[in-house]
Amino acid sequence: MISLSNVSKRYPGGRQALHDVGFTIESGELAFITGHSGAGKTTLLKLLVAIERPTAGSIVVNGQNVGTLPPRAVPFLRRKFGLIFQDHKLLFDRNVFDNVALPLEIAGYGAKDAARRVRAALDKVGLLKYEKALPITLSGGERQRLCIARAIVHRPAILLADEPTGNLDADYAAEIGELFRSFNQVGVTVVVATHDQALLARLQPRVIALRNGELAAAA
Amino acid sequence: MKAWLAQHARCAGLTLTKLARTPLGSALNIVVIGIALSLPVGLYLLIDNLQTASGQLAAEPQISAFLALDASRAEIAQIETRLKQNPRVLRFRFVPRAEALQELKQSSGLADVIDSLPQNPLPDAFIVTAKDNAPQALDALRDEIKQLPRVVHAQLDAAWARRLDATLRFGRLVVLFLGGLLAVALIAVTFNTIRLQVLTQRDEVEVVKLIGATDAFIRRPFLYYGALQGAAGGLVAWLIVSGGVWLVNHNLGELSHVYASLFQLIALTPADSLCLLLLPAALGWFGALLSVGRHLAVIEP
Repeated sequence: MISLSNVSKRYPGGRQALHDVGFTIESGELAFITGHSGAGKTTLLKLLVAIERPTAGSIVVNGQNVGTLPPRAVPFLRRKFGLIFQDHKLLFDRNVFDNVALPLEIAGYGAKDAARRVRAALDKVGLLKYEKALPITLSGGERQRLCIARAIVHRPAILLADEPTGNLDADYAAEIGELFRSFNQVGVTVVVATHDQALLARLQPRVIALRNGELAAAA
Repeated sequence: MKAWLAQHARCAGLTLTKLARTPLGSALNIVVIGIALSLPVGLYLLIDNLQTASGQLAAEPQISAFLALDASRAEIAQIETRLKQNPRVLRFRFVPRAEALQELKQSSGLADVIDSLPQNPLPDAFIVTAKDNAPQALDALRDEIKQLPRVVHAQLDAAWARRLDATLRFGRLVVLFLGGLLAVALIAVTFNTIRLQVLTQRDEVEVVKLIGATDAFIRRPFLYYGALQGAAGGLVAWLIVSGGVWLVNHNLGELSHVYASLFQLIALTPADSLCLLLLPAALGWFGALLSVGRHLAVIEP
């Protein structure tokens, strides 16, 4: 499903974020990318969704070479993923329902079908009763769950999360972990970049450890 | 297809809400555009009206030859044969003085005054149409007709009409120039508005790019905004010009009652009105397209 070989990324200015990284994540796997901050976790995720391009090596997602994808094909690549951000990236001028509806709006779903899917996603993360609320009125944990609802509403095959529990206390983090586990159980490939040891202990995922931009150990 | 249409309809609706959310800023922009557009449109309308008025007066240049008041029938017949033989005359028409008086009564609305005259003050006249309507040829023919016996005065009717025509053509040029300048201004205003919008919605643009929006999807609301703003400006211009025409006609109405004339400004035709809505919309759309293309490229997640 996701396969990297000899991937390097050097940012303009000379910082080497990744050096000769290679691994494969199979469909339906639950994988954690770990490492101290600055190890290259975020860069790796950015490469997967073509926010950044590799300076060397190849990244193949679903048989598509992401590194050489023409710009007009990038939006369609991104629709295969559900993205979860540490800072949520919610739109604060829309209510909870409209935030979750955004990926469906982009993909051109009909209003009725979209509403059904949005409610299902909100129900899954336990936010259905807040559908009319504005994101600003939600707590940190609720915002993170809202971000997850938006990531899964279009039923992507791969879920990518960047430090999903970074700003949360232990209880909230545990909730989020259980959500990931449940998505993984229905066949979604889940890739999480994190240094949250508690989450790691709870989910017992496969671990891809990075150290200074290189692979430390691939389990 | 249906989903695509629904997407567009939703986008247009959202754009309207966006315009309504900042009423003062939007209104000011729209009024500026409207006033700028009303200048060339008003001038165009004025010139169109003058042209219509002058077109009713003289389409073809004619030479009027007025005879002496005491010219006899024999002398008139002699002039007639001379005109018939002249190779430069296309056709001519004899207007007896009684008929001329009748015509004047009907067309000028001065019947009372004319009836009170002790005798007919008008002379017999020939109205001559030349074969060659070039200015020099007309002048030569007029001079020739002036030399005929018993012709007191020969007048080229078309001179003032030609002058008016040339002036109006110049006026049209001014309208075109002004219109072109203001079209550029409209594009510039839209460009700037959209630039500010893209920058204030930077976060939103970033997020939708991240979750797989195509450039067309991101561009769409901005294009709608530009087009709607342009069309609204066109509507304001239409209101200004139509209001101006109404005001002029309202006041002319009283004036023309006094003089028994029927001069009225013709308002914008439906076709003109449609153009006044669609053209600014297209210009706004274009300005937005330029702006959004330039500023979206900079925003990458």
